Amino acid sequence: MTDLTKLSLAETHRMLLTGDCTSRELVQAHLKRIEELEPSLHTFITRRSPELALADADAADGQLQGIVSNPPGLIGIPLAVKDVLSLAGMRCTSGSRILENFSPPFTATAVQRLIDAGAIPLGKTNTDEFAMGSSTENSAYGPTRNPWNLAHVPGGSSGGSAAAVAARLVPFAMATDTGGSVRQPCAFCGVTGIKPTYGRTSRYGLVAYGSSLDTVGVIARSVADVAMVFQHMAGYDPLDATSRQVAVPEYALPGSPDLSGLQIGVPEEYFIEGIQPEVESAVRAAIIQMEALGAVTIPIRLPHTEYALPVYYLIAPAEASANLARYDGVRFGPRMGGESGIWEMFTQTRGRKFGPEVKRRIMLGTYALSAGYYEAYYGKAQKVRTLIKRDFDQAFEQVDLIAAPVTPTTAFKFGEHTDDPLAMYLQDIFTLPANLAGIPALALPVGYDKNGLPVGMQLMGPNFSEDLLFRVGHAYQLESAWHTRWPEVNF
Amino acid sequence: MKLSIKEVEHIAWLARLDLTEEEKQLYAEQLSEILDYAARLDDIDTTHILPTASVLIESQSLREDEPRPGLSRDDLLKNAPETRDGQFKVPPVLGN
Repeated sequence: MTDLTKLSLAETHRMLLTGDCTSRELVQAHLKRIEELEPSLHTFITRRSPELALADADAADGQLQGIVSNPPGLIGIPLAVKDVLSLAGMRCTSGSRILENFSPPFTATAVQRLIDAGAIPLGKTNTDEFAMGSSTENSAYGPTRNPWNLAHVPGGSSGGSAAAVAARLVPFAMATDTGGSVRQPCAFCGVTGIKPTYGRTSRYGLVAYGSSLDTVGVIARSVADVAMVFQHMAGYDPLDATSRQVAVPEYALPGSPDLSGLQIGVPEEYFIEGIQPEVESAVRAAIIQMEALGAVTIPIRLPHTEYALPVYYLIAPAEASANLARYDGVRFGPRMGGESGIWEMFTQTRGRKFGPEVKRRIMLGTYALSAGYYEAYYGKAQKVRTLIKRDFDQAFEQVDLIAAPVTPTTAFKFGEHTDDPLAMYLQDIFTLPANLAGIPALALPVGYDKNGLPVGMQLMGPNFSEDLLFRVGHAYQLESAWHTRWPEVNF
Repeated sequence: MKLSIKEVEHIAWLARLDLTEEEKQLYAEQLSEILDYAARLDDIDTTHILPTASVLIESQSLREDEPRPGLSRDDLLKNAPETRDGQFKVPPVLGN
């Protein structure tokens, strides 16, 4: 019998339409896998009750058997939602104790669109607290483990979503990317994901971290699957003033892997000393493979790349320190202290309920915005951000897209960087620039290191070039099999 | 550059964070290290460069300001730690 957790989304949709499987069977197959593997992996913070998921599945089956002539594209297919996106009726913790029992009275637009397309939520996935981290080690609910090797981190902050997709607990999951939080866990878990153009997807209902950088994306097991989900998620939302009124194209994928005429930029700043040799060789091999499909590669320079790290770690914490001011023990969350008045209640609640990394970033951002330092730190960072964005603008006058590694190394071990924040931040050096520039980037697996851990490549394109990234990524996946490997999870 | 404990306490107060003595020590060290790293931005001449606060170049799209149903008061109060008479209840703001 077909293993229903191994199908592509297109195959799944076809089988549901022809009656070769039911949504109930599909949801049950994934629930069974979650039951078996979740104790070892810990990909979810909160699971939805199986009864509710199965009731949704039965409703979908009713629709499929009924007279619906054009059933929605994701009908009856299960998904997982990163726990920084609101889904009415389920708590939304953001990986934090300060939102431990927060039950949002509304649903994020991006989530609602997938539900409207027929998808069935199975739960809320683990994340570093307020999406601040690169390993899920900053989650107040304990880390997620990498399905390829349980001693290694799954990446972060969307580590729960990436690990759940890699281990086939769900066919796809929603994730967010502020500084690499879709792409880095995709690279570490061997799955595919899109960090969209800033403004391409709605942020309404997303717990805000760095508002000028936050994007909502998708993680799945192939470019084709990502594109199929993204088709339903993208687009203007009147409830988010930063979402853009740009038409969403039909993300049609090529049937044959022809990249003739495509110009791919290869930035030397992304192949620096200190990068793990197997990461460099796998990414270079993938680039050569794209050349074999007809693409032309051109060496390019993105000279301000090395400044993305200090720029990001001033701007994102500054925005976070403002965004997280709302967690004050008044409107939601637990309350601590208060015996000696409201000021003591504010400081006690925030001091006790935020975790160490969140407090570190709030402190850093508050400092960067404080009187006397604003110009020197925040102002300066915003100006260098202009230069980083200009690097990309100039590069895209020359090339169609840019290919580069997602991360300098494959998945690291638990505890390897927890005592040294700066070393942890350095994990993000290749992912931060796309967020600062606002451009889209697609992460996909291009190989494995000698320990069997996945290597990821990212394709970065100009604003609103998701369709190009999908077509090129799909062409590569027609000719490669890295994305079809499963981790052997039998613990 | 090294942040003093006094500076850390000032930032913590601005951020409304009650920190333990241990946390103050740790953050003094770690923030100093991160800010030292950030100082490399001074290598770049940004004299004639405009800041980027948002990557959105065109003006942001605002929807029509039309009244429409919002969330109910009960919905908005249900996550609060303490409420009274349909309002958020807080400890004393002035005096004690």
